[in-house]
Amino acid sequence: MGTKIATRNAYGQAIAELGDRYPEIICFDADLAGATMSKYFKDKHPDRFFDMGIAEADMQVVAAGAATCGFKPFTHTFAMFASGRSWEQVRNSIAYPGINVKVIGSHGGLSVGEDGATHQCNEDFALMRVIPGMTVVCPCDAYEMKLATEALVNLDGPAYMRLGRLAVETVTDAIPGYRFELGKGATLKDGSDVTVIATGLMVQMALEAEKMLAAEGLSVRVIDMHTIKPLDEELVLKAARETGAIVTSEEHNILGGLGAAVAECVSENCPVPVIRHGVNDQFGRSGKAPLVLEAYGLTPAVLAEKVRRAVSLKK
Amino acid sequence: MNNRELALTAAKARREAVSMVYRAQSGHPGGSLSCLDVLTALYFEEMNVDPACPSDPQRDRFVMSKGHCSPAVYSTLALRGFFPVEDLALFRSIEGHISGHVEMRHVPGVDMSTGSLGQGISAAVGMALAGKIRGDAFRVYAILGDGEIEEGQVWEALAAAAKYKLDNLCAIIDVNGLQIDGKTADVMPMEPIDDKCEAFGAHVVTINGHDFDDIRSAFAEARYTKGQPTVILARTTKGKGVSYMENSAGWHGKAPNAAEYETAMQELGALIDELSKEEA
Repeated sequence: MGTKIATRNAYGQAIAELGDRYPEIICFDADLAGATMSKYFKDKHPDRFFDMGIAEADMQVVAAGAATCGFKPFTHTFAMFASGRSWEQVRNSIAYPGINVKVIGSHGGLSVGEDGATHQCNEDFALMRVIPGMTVVCPCDAYEMKLATEALVNLDGPAYMRLGRLAVETVTDAIPGYRFELGKGATLKDGSDVTVIATGLMVQMALEAEKMLAAEGLSVRVIDMHTIKPLDEELVLKAARETGAIVTSEEHNILGGLGAAVAECVSENCPVPVIRHGVNDQFGRSGKAPLVLEAYGLTPAVLAEKVRRAVSLKK
Repeated sequence: MNNRELALTAAKARREAVSMVYRAQSGHPGGSLSCLDVLTALYFEEMNVDPACPSDPQRDRFVMSKGHCSPAVYSTLALRGFFPVEDLALFRSIEGHISGHVEMRHVPGVDMSTGSLGQGISAAVGMALAGKIRGDAFRVYAILGDGEIEEGQVWEALAAAAKYKLDNLCAIIDVNGLQIDGKTADVMPMEPIDDKCEAFGAHVVTINGHDFDDIRSAFAEARYTKGQPTVILARTTKGKGVSYMENSAGWHGKAPNAAEYETAMQELGALIDELSKEEA
């Protein structure tokens, strides 16, 4: 616990190691191997790594073709291009036929930092989530990423996973009883007054916000929702019933992502206040990653404010 | 098969294809008819496939990149024995799973779902690449439309096929000169297609796509070509075999009415009779 490592690095090392045990894993990248960290796989398994050039659309469907011949392809590019540029290829040539391709989108969210709005993808959860049959995953730290990567290798079907650029603290390895299962959220901290359901690097911020609020006497449950689809509805509804208010937190537009998924589930089954914390339907901007996050309110302090508001809305 | 047998099979496939579109009152007859001689030669002579074992890992693969030409694919697969010809009656129907564009999950013998143009050729590249990784001997074939090659992804795929020296890949471009809005030359000029494909690293062969000797020798040339993919430019007639559909962009995606259907059946029936008589 405590070490800081970007989930993209953890992923790169994990997939390279898994390549030893799973000869059917092949990796594709679109000229970003040094950034998505597929370079680790490239170095270890050069005969099963294919650089498709700056041609994301082609890459996704080439991977689909290879998958029909029994391989387990992982494709790599930035989240923006995986979920945006090649969305229709992922929909029609991977998800619709149910082909076993894992679409990896690195550099998700505002924490891309200096590159600015064109490369800060705050829409990938929404875009991937609306495709029938897609599994959508966003691990929060290096430990969880390693487990998620192996889980994806063993999932037979299409999936999208977001990686982050920014080094983040590893927290899940120190949580007693923590275990990773696709489609099952992990309760990192129990609480009874309100629940924060977070994904990606907002999980660490949620844990910080919980400490701040505990000092005020609020008992906050913190759920790490690494799998955005299929959503762990059972865990969400249990939180709604037991704590009576929910705040979602994600490095993503508040439209269409985790917050929307949770709100849809709660409003249909167990209506309680749901406050969505995330990017308020805006484009990002350039700057050092922590400063960009701060500029858009993605901080423990702003999250804590959302939690207080949710509690105030409880009946 | 000899040329007459191939021509007879293609004529039967054309009759099924037009019937499918007529019954559904929906579908794409023009481009289906133009590519059916090439498709017949693939499934009845060139490709190593076995209807009794449609998922044999060592089979040759086929991708209909212009996935709207599903009547051609489905009728060919049915005649080849992958599923009963009667099932073609469910084309585009809510009663069945023979969907509007080529679909792999429910139709035996289909290697890749297609429909969104420009993507099938990438899938074929992926299959050929898979064959290379494992050292398998199977070959991969894809048919593209000449309108389809306006999609940029086609050229991304060709570049990748050349990079990885996919000589187990043979792409056939069905050059019938027409697309939905009119002549390809007017909508978006792509000629010289042969020079473009060569510049992207492919070995290019131009043939008459309705001449079985031409088709056969082009496939052989593709097999003997090493170190690069082959692109066959099959010059064809859109709507081939039905007089009023020939060379008419209007028949790209339109179903015949009862009288038109009758005419089509008479024309194709006469051809089938003639080719059958030669047999006797």
